[in-house]
This record gives sequence, C-alpha cells and structure tokens, in this order.
Amino acid sequence: MSTARRYLAPLAVIVILLGLWEVAAQWDWIANALNIEDFLVPAPSDIATSLWQDRSLLLSNGWVTLKEVLLGFVIAAVAGIAFAILIHLSELARRAVYPLLIGSQTIPIVILAPILVVWFGFGLTPKLVIVALICFFPITVNTLDGLRSVDPDLTKMMRALGAGRLQRLWRVEIPTALPYAFSGARVAITVSVIGAVFAEYVGSSEGLGHLINQAQAQLLTARSFAAVVVLSAMALGLFALVTLIERRVITWDSRGVTRT
Amino acid sequence: MLTRLREGTPDAARDGRSDAANSDAAGTPLRIDGLRHSFGELCAIERVDLEVGAGDVVGIVGPSGCGKTTLLEIVAGLRPAEAGTISVGGRTDPTERLERCAYMPQRDLLLPWLAAVDNAALALRIAGIPRQTARERAGEHFERLGLAGFELAMPGELSGGMRQRVAFLRTLMAGRPVLLLDEPFASLDAITRAEMQSWLAAVLGPDRHTVLLVTHDVEEALYLSDRVLVLSSRPARVADRIEIARPRAADRAAAVTSPEFTALRERALRSLTEAAR
Repeated sequence: MSTARRYLAPLAVIVILLGLWEVAAQWDWIANALNIEDFLVPAPSDIATSLWQDRSLLLSNGWVTLKEVLLGFVIAAVAGIAFAILIHLSELARRAVYPLLIGSQTIPIVILAPILVVWFGFGLTPKLVIVALICFFPITVNTLDGLRSVDPDLTKMMRALGAGRLQRLWRVEIPTALPYAFSGARVAITVSVIGAVFAEYVGSSEGLGHLINQAQAQLLTARSFAAVVVLSAMALGLFALVTLIERRVITWDSRGVTRT
Repeated sequence: MLTRLREGTPDAARDGRSDAANSDAAGTPLRIDGLRHSFGELCAIERVDLEVGAGDVVGIVGPSGCGKTTLLEIVAGLRPAEAGTISVGGRTDPTERLERCAYMPQRDLLLPWLAAVDNAALALRIAGIPRQTARERAGEHFERLGLAGFELAMPGELSGGMRQRVAFLRTLMAGRPVLLLDEPFASLDAITRAEMQSWLAAVLGPDRHTVLLVTHDVEEALYLSDRVLVLSSRPARVADRIEIARPRAADRAAAVTSPEFTALRERALRSLTEAAR
C-alpha cells in the first residue's frame, strides 16, 4: 500500500468523527435533545479556537510536561535495563527481587501520587517518580525476556569460541534483547504522558495537568480539551521518536537469529 | 593454513602454549577411551573409542538420533561425560579441551547484527584483538573461501552455502588444533552440499587439519575423511571402522564414482543398516 493510502483511512475516520461531533454540538436541537451544554462538550471548532488563542499557555505548560516525561522515561530506561541485566546475570537476584518488580506494578498510582506530593512538594521530583515508576515495568520485563530469549546453541557456540559470561552478555544477549527493550520503551513512552499529567493533576503549579485542572474549575472546557489534544500529539510524537531511534539502532533482521 | 592462521590467533598471541599442545610430546591430538553417556535412564552412547592423529580427518556416520552431536559436545568440553576419558592434545580437563577445540555446530548461527567479516572474526574479537586488526585478519581468507566481495554483507543477504562458509571461517579463525564439525552441510540442498564438500576437501587437503567430522551422509564422510567410524543406533557404539586411502581425487564427481569408492560406500551402508537393527 502506498504511503498516501496508508494514512488516508485513519485520517478519514478522524475527520468523519470530528464532523459528526461538530454537527451534534453546533445544532441546537441535537444539543437540546441530548441535554448537552457548551461547557460540558465544546464543539471541535471551539477546541481549535482555544488551541490557537491559548497557544502560549499550552506551549509553556506542554514544555513542562514534556520535560517531566522525557526525564522520567530516561531514568526508567537506564534503571530498567540495568536492573534487567542484573537479575539476568544472577539467578539469586532474580528470585530475590522479581516479586518486588511485579509488586511495584501493583502500587496504585492514585494513592501514591498525593503521598509523593506531601513528601517532595509541588516540584519536579514527584512527577519523575510517577513517570519512572510507570515506565520501569514494561521496559524491565521486556528487556529481561529478550535477554533470556537467546538461542542456547548460540551460547554454546560463543563458549566454544572462548567467550566468557560478560562477553556473551555484550556480544549476544544485549543485541538480542534490544528489539524487546524497544517494544517495552514504546509501551512505556505512551503511558508515561498519562503518568505525568496525573502527577500534575494531583499537585503542581505548572504543566498540562495543572492547566486542565484550572480550566475545568473555571468551566473553560474547550481549553482543557485543547490541552488533551496537545497531550495526545505529544504522546504520538514521542512514540514516533522511539520508533525512529529503534529503526536507526536495529538495522538487522531481528525476527530470528538464524534462518537456515 | 592452520599454522599460518595460528600465528595471530588468540591462543598463540596469549602465551604461545598452543604449539606445544599440538606437538607429539603432548600426545595425540584427539583420543577417546570408553566414552559412555546417558540422558537420565536413557543410554545414548554405550561405548565409543577413537583416535585422531595429527592432520587426520575422521568421519563419524550414524543413524539420526544416535548421539553424534552429543559426542561432539562432550569432546569439546561443552557437556560432561558420564564415563570414559577424552584427551585433546594430551589434556583431559573439559575447560582445557574447550580451549583446544574449534566446534562448528550444525546451524551456522551467524550473528545477524554483524557483517560477514565481523562474524568470521568473532573469535579474535573475543580474544580482545581490536576490531580493525581482527577484520583484516579474517578478511584475508575471504577470497580463498570464495567469499570475496561479501566482507561487509549482512548474514541475511548471504546464501545458505555462503553462510556456512562464513561459519566455517569463524571456526578456523579460533585457531584451535582440532576442528569438530557437526553436520556442517546438513541444512543445504544437494547441489550446494556437493559443492561445499569439494570446497571443504580442497581447504582441508593441503593444510592437514585435524578434524572430527560428524554426519549422517555416508558419501560426505567417505569423501572427506581418512577414516570413517560407523555408529550403531542408540545406544551408540562403533559398528565398523573403514580406512580410506589417500590421496583423494580432486574432482568430486570422479572420486565418488570410482569403483573403490563405490565398494566402500556399499560396505558403509551395509554396516549402517546392520547397526540400525
């Protein structure tokens, strides 16, 4: 399929949905019939107006959120990959901390976030903790799966060529795990945006989450929807960025080590 | 070629003791006495004795599942044996054996993220030789192995036969005194396999490598080896030993159709059939 046709179908769906929404919100009789008020559901055109009028507000707050997301993600990626390698190398470490890793995923962020605000205040730290906590799990689990997926025959071959434990890790296991780590990273970067906004929502003085919170209090629904649009665009952009980096890094056919 | 290769190889570079290990003073290159191996209750190898002299190629044929790969893995020190003594260059310790054997597994197992030349140079890189030097040393052999121009090709871009040749070069570059080849051409089609057999005969001929070759292809074993051991089906024991006179004919087609060869093949096939009962 050509590039144009590949993007045409999803674009058409979005345009049709937006069109229906615009019609429903603009035609009073539908709005009345459904009992919808302007401040509850703004029309797409209102959101577009808000996107333009509040652009400096959206940009400055979006930038704050983006920084939180990127920093938190990088912390999680570095820690997650290091953690995966550590528990891959040591059977004891794996048995000791694997339950902890799963447990970390069950902590309800909803409850943790306000506590973190009490601990660390309204600054950057609680946001980084939330974002990193959300990103850590998919990256670690995927990387670990990748490290363990190495063909046992490859390990034998490397041993026969004189490779010790760390040589096998560096020359075979890490390259094998890279595509896995990237798929974990793609999941992580998508949810990280939600994590950052939620952390801001709970307690902060800037960022898109804060902006949404304020806009809702002032019944500026179009502005909070505009913030959501910026957020989605950010998540899509970050996802594309991770995919782009993946394509640059993984230049080989990673579907299988051997195809004999 | 082995000598030439070994000048710059990890072992020689490290301490120069590999030459001593290869000399007669250190004993026969490869000797197996009373090898026995079981997987749990299942006895895979009942008894195997064999000796490979310096520069000899010994072929092992046997029905599938008779433990041929297990035998090679045990010799290489990758798997502990249940009973019996294995000595490579006079050393019986598995780790020391592993340092003296170059094991080429059935599948080519090329690393898809490394170019052909980097795959071939893997043993040198593992030994800590810088990338550029390792590439140059492995690259020197590309032309002779029929791989000229494919130094920087990725494994995915190579044909099955070429991948196997790169895997063979990777095994050679390890610079070990004994080569252990596990069905090196089993995954190739018949025509490519015949080509690769002539090619291997040409590579092995002048350089006098010490080789233990495992295969289920009788013709391949007879064509490439100085001696062929026929193994029985599980539990494996040596059912027949066939000596093949040197020199081999250079032309494979002529060699495998000669009356002597046909007679040997008939004998090997008969032993194999009897051994499988």
